[in-house]
Amino acid sequence: MSANEIFEKVQKIVADQLGVETSAVVPQASFQNDLGADSLDTVELVMALEEEFEIEIPDEAAEEILTVQSAVDYINSKVTASA
Amino acid sequence: MLNLTGKNALVTGIANNKSIAWGIAQQLHKAGANLGITYLPDERGKMEKKVAELVEPLQPSLFLPLNVQDDDQVQSTFNTVRDKWERLDILIHCLAFASKDDLSGDFSKTSRSGFNTALDISAYSLIKLAGAAKPLMTDGGSIVTLTYLGGVKVIPNYNVMGIAKAALEMNVRYLASEMGAQNIRVNAISAGPIRTLASSAVGGILDMIHHVEAVAPLKRTVTQIEVGNTAAFLCSDLSSGITGQVIYVDAGYEIMGMTGTKPIAE
Repeated sequence: MSANEIFEKVQKIVADQLGVETSAVVPQASFQNDLGADSLDTVELVMALEEEFEIEIPDEAAEEILTVQSAVDYINSKVTASA
Repeated sequence: MLNLTGKNALVTGIANNKSIAWGIAQQLHKAGANLGITYLPDERGKMEKKVAELVEPLQPSLFLPLNVQDDDQVQSTFNTVRDKWERLDILIHCLAFASKDDLSGDFSKTSRSGFNTALDISAYSLIKLAGAAKPLMTDGGSIVTLTYLGGVKVIPNYNVMGIAKAALEMNVRYLASEMGAQNIRVNAISAGPIRTLASSAVGGILDMIHHVEAVAPLKRTVTQIEVGNTAAFLCSDLSSGITGQVIYVDAGYEIMGMTGTKPIAE
């Protein structure tokens, strides 16, 4: 899966989970500061990403996933590593 | 054989499609029960909207806010159940909360307020809801709650929630004793670790799941639907002789000892 494909999937999941337009889900967007996510939203988002990409995101990693780009980067590293 | 047609079931604790309560609601619906769903209200109405969309396919005939720390709301919710249904048959209690700060690290650092909140929401709430349900269960009934092994044995990071679950399991026995004369049965399901919104707050939940997958007799953990199936059984006449029990739905993990060691070579 290319980084671009990952981004597009992430964009859709984030938009669905947080109820925002996909156009607002830009790489530098912060889930909490820009997209209105609260702490429960971010937990749900992480779980939705785990399900979609069939990966596990441990607590320590989840705490670092604050922006769309950081989610894409983390998923990219996991998907590539396991491929 | 398993038939809940004509039974009125109030299900608490659905937050999203990962919730164990959601697995239970689906299986009760499948068995024919008439559902009432409660949700935890928040200021922005987000939970109400999300849970309403999720449960819509199950066509609940009641959809009500329920914050178990609000006695007036508990009363008004059960008043609505009485007015709309006249009779309640099944109560599903899937509620727990502890501050994330109290779900990892040193247990001895648990704060008084953290302890009180965890015990209030996770254990006292069963007493409160069962007490409100009792007068409506005029044709007998079944009350089912969710517990975890961490209330019986020490599970790393489970901490104050373990104490809350110990209290909850004892609540089940005292309630079963009191309500048996009215043919109301009270049981708990002790589920294996499942990834949910609530369990995400427990430090190292993924490690707990991996450990169970390695050690449990069935070599896996369990699903929300499996817990739902056992709940449906406990709510049905098939379990009419069972009350005051904690039933393990945990792929058998609870029976194992020496779980930290590698299997002994034959």
